[in-house]
Amino acid sequence: MSQPAATTPARAAARSVRDVVFVDGVRTPFGKAGDKGIYAGMRADDLVVKCIRDLLRRNPSLPPERIDDVAIAATTQTGDQGLTIGRTAALLAGLPRTVPGFAIDRMCAGALTAVTTTASGIAFGAYDVAIAGGVEHMGNHPMGEGADPNPRFLSERLVDPAALNMGNTAENLHDRFPAITKDRTDAYAVRSQAKLAAAYAENRIQPDLVPVAGRKPGEGWTLHSVDEPPRPGTTVEDLAQLRTPFRPHGRVTAGNAAGLNDGATAALLASADSAAELGLPVRMLLVAYAFAGVEPEVMGIGPVPATEKALRQAGLGIEDIGLFEINEAFAVQVLSFLDHFGIADDDPRVNRYGGAIAVGHPLASSGVRLMTQLARQFEEDPSVRYGMTTMCIGLGMGATVIWENPHHADYGQDAA
Amino acid sequence: MSFERFEELAGLVPNEIVTHSLVQDVALPGGAGTLALITLDNGKDHTKPTTLGPNTLIEFGRTLEGLKERSSRGEIAAVAITGKPYFLVAGADLSTVKSLKAEKHGRAMAELGHAAYDLLGSLGVPSFAFINGVALGGGLEIALAADYRTVSTGANGLGLPEAFIGLVPGWGGVYRLPRLVGPASAVKVMIENPLSNNRMLDGSAAYGIGIADALFEPADFLEQSLAWAARVVAGDPATVQAVEARRAGFTAYSDADWDAAAAAGRAFIQARTGNAAPAPSRVLDLFEAGKTLTREQSAEAECIALAELMQTPEFHATVYAFLELVQKRAKRPAGAPDAKLARPVTKVGVVGAGLMASQLVLLFARQLKVPVVLTDIDQARVDKGVAYVHAEVDKLLGKKKLSQDAANRTKALVSGSVSKEAFADADFVIEAVFEEMGVKKQVFAEVEAVVSPECILATNTSSLSVTDMATDLAHPERVVGFHFFNPVAAMPLLEIVRAPKTDDAVLATAFALAKQLKKNAVLVQDAPAFVVNRILGRMFGEITKVFDEGTDAETADNALRPMGLPMTPFRLLALVGLPVGQHVQESLHAAFGDRFHVSANQQKLIDAGIKGLWVRDESGRETVPESTLALMERGSSPSSSEEILRRTQDALADEIGRMLDEGVVAAPEDIDLCVIMGAGWPMHLGGITPYLDRTGASERVRGRTFR
Repeated sequence: MSQPAATTPARAAARSVRDVVFVDGVRTPFGKAGDKGIYAGMRADDLVVKCIRDLLRRNPSLPPERIDDVAIAATTQTGDQGLTIGRTAALLAGLPRTVPGFAIDRMCAGALTAVTTTASGIAFGAYDVAIAGGVEHMGNHPMGEGADPNPRFLSERLVDPAALNMGNTAENLHDRFPAITKDRTDAYAVRSQAKLAAAYAENRIQPDLVPVAGRKPGEGWTLHSVDEPPRPGTTVEDLAQLRTPFRPHGRVTAGNAAGLNDGATAALLASADSAAELGLPVRMLLVAYAFAGVEPEVMGIGPVPATEKALRQAGLGIEDIGLFEINEAFAVQVLSFLDHFGIADDDPRVNRYGGAIAVGHPLASSGVRLMTQLARQFEEDPSVRYGMTTMCIGLGMGATVIWENPHHADYGQDAA
Repeated sequence: MSFERFEELAGLVPNEIVTHSLVQDVALPGGAGTLALITLDNGKDHTKPTTLGPNTLIEFGRTLEGLKERSSRGEIAAVAITGKPYFLVAGADLSTVKSLKAEKHGRAMAELGHAAYDLLGSLGVPSFAFINGVALGGGLEIALAADYRTVSTGANGLGLPEAFIGLVPGWGGVYRLPRLVGPASAVKVMIENPLSNNRMLDGSAAYGIGIADALFEPADFLEQSLAWAARVVAGDPATVQAVEARRAGFTAYSDADWDAAAAAGRAFIQARTGNAAPAPSRVLDLFEAGKTLTREQSAEAECIALAELMQTPEFHATVYAFLELVQKRAKRPAGAPDAKLARPVTKVGVVGAGLMASQLVLLFARQLKVPVVLTDIDQARVDKGVAYVHAEVDKLLGKKKLSQDAANRTKALVSGSVSKEAFADADFVIEAVFEEMGVKKQVFAEVEAVVSPECILATNTSSLSVTDMATDLAHPERVVGFHFFNPVAAMPLLEIVRAPKTDDAVLATAFALAKQLKKNAVLVQDAPAFVVNRILGRMFGEITKVFDEGTDAETADNALRPMGLPMTPFRLLALVGLPVGQHVQESLHAAFGDRFHVSANQQKLIDAGIKGLWVRDESGRETVPESTLALMERGSSPSSSEEILRRTQDALADEIGRMLDEGVVAAPEDIDLCVIMGAGWPMHLGGITPYLDRTGASERVRGRTFR
């Protein structure tokens, strides 16, 4: 911190909220969870460390001791994702010991919450600069590992036990919105694969990937520099063949949902003042964020109330949002959002680089991936003033963050 | 193909643990093309270092041949080599090299290394070595043969230790290293470090002298090495210029620098080893010749040297001493009871506050990190002892060997008392008082009156009977000998003496303590002067005897030079202190009779307050002053150097034979370990018994060899 000494008692001081900017974001390539995945045998904390180190290399004007906190999210916080992973990752990354860290959990929105939490600290004046990210090695930590749901959920019918299985909640969403058919979700999934393949071909994904060296028994070291999950060239015919593991004759398949994945992300946030002082780039300005709860049985609808809340706070309408990065836990969940706001399934504002159905969704890490991609799209498209990152969250929640594009002509002027 | 001619050699080592050359294609960042990444991996965990045997080298060579073909087809843009975690590759498989009995096979092994390594310079694409961990000897020579090197700050154990082992860096290292780091640094790496307790470099040091072109931290060492390699392959001007500038800096040397480095190396070898073993000088022969030779010419000379040295007894003795003794037997002492029997030691008492006792206090407090209380007969001595320890802690703090917190902790652990009551709650009390049985027995009786029945009583005696010391105690089973060597912090040996009544739990605790104290313990039976002092005593006796008989000091003291001992006998005696030496000699004489010569002349020197025979005059030359000579009465039958050496060899063979017959230690290996760890005798003697065997002394005296 480089705050001047307070001259008046803090509680009496008129405190102004400070602008928070997204400076940079990186991620490891995502891998498939399991013994054959690229990160089988590797540690989750090592993946985070590589992201943090790359952030520092990419932003050499930032003195590491100026980082005020490191918030790293993980859904399962045991083993290589335990031990207060934000602090351990900071130490393992070689940050000065004066830099603290903590762990954070909001399931799929872990990294997103790490961002909003540290951003709040920056806005409040507690931090100048923070690192926020997330990791999930679902090979090392299968979903729900070690969970011990309270029996009251069942006995008092607080939550349908089936709602603890995300696939079931996606099927439930189909029930609620009969207009969202399997044909629509499969078609959406095919477009997600195609958009990601196009983004790769145009080198839009690679600049923000941190290559990770890995070694498997009997194979020697190699370098993982691209995502493992994508299946470019996937067709609706391919997807029609897949079984529906959550219900006989159901609609949710491995093809129209995100997979089980390993990966890590990290982002650098700063107050606008500190970014200017330290010569750090401003990739996005934080406008508003909101979280909302919904019925756990249809957790996929969570982004809708979260978005409404965030828009309200920002004084914006959905029509003001020029770019959407929505996490594709399930195609049905994305389509329920789009239908609610009257946006077409193939609207070009939505997930320009494809989404989690193609690239994967290592739970607590994904939020920062959305932001990193939105930041790059802002650069590519200065005509867009506002963008949104949003995602659904297990146990019935949604999270939305609205960002402003610093490359837009009106940046810095108050919204109409 | 070209490696077929080595198949016969590989067939000699059917059980080699092969370090495989695993190849993965890596897409270099920035579109710099495909890099074929070789991982050297034996499929074992980090406790089993990767090594280089014939099968390994053939696989490595053939892998490189395959990559050369791919390179010619334009499929790859670079080749790089790295290792499994913690190792690039540890080095040649010494057991295998030692097992090659025929010179032609040694020669083939030497040629095989060149055949494989030289490919790294002719692949048609740049070659890289990413030094992630240990790279010794042939391991480092792989890296030196590559076009470019990166090294991890986490890498430890880098070096060319061949001169120490008894070989030469003859897989191109002796030729390539000076051309990378300059002659002075090369001689440091190839001569000074190996002959300084086999010192090694870490990654930062290796980068610092120019062995590597780039240095990266371990957290993403391989990723950064690959990114760097990509910049080199792509011809990134900043990267390439930085490499060239660094290399130019290290290699701005003249012919005269090269000659000076060689001369300095020769002087170093003479000072450290007396040129007793052939390998170090051979390294410098190659180094000197290499100044003007082509790489091919040097390779031929290297192969000749390697093949010859592999046959030398010095090499074989060193491998025995290094692998069998230092790496194995020192870690698993023969005869030590089950470690599970060991009892915890939570407080230590030291009787005495003299120099030896104070050193023990420091060692116990630093390593065990438990309270250590010392006692002596008056407060002044106690205060002096504690003050000594505190001052030593401050020195360690000053040298940054201890943190401030650790220094505070260590000082707080040390206390002193004039009353043995302070030992009441100690688990282990060691005495280091005057070497007199009556005094020691009284000390033990007083301590026993205070401590618990289980408290161990240890003695640091160097010559008295541990058995006798325990006789009158209520619990003689608690007594054990714990014989350190001076200076305590530097000498790794601890002779643990088992008296007939010493029980297993006490002995097990003693061994556990030795391990915590980071000492190498050898179990010895309760015999006068145990092992090291008895062997040294017999040697001192022979040399003082020929001197007393009329041999001049120069001849007597230098007769053992061919053995390459760290110090001549008279100089060692002066260092130990003539009175101490004389005391040990007298007790050995009392125990064993005239085998141990007690020099009346030496007593005269002691009486006259003379500290040693040799005195440095104003010109810096060491002579025996006339005034010293005038004190002594010596005979008129001098012996020649050769006679003295042979006599001493025979005396040592005789004494060691007796010690083994008496069961003082379990095996000749323990004798060898003791003289290496406790007297610093060189590895190329194999300690001592391999030397006595090969010089014929064991046959002459015992009619058979020791091993």
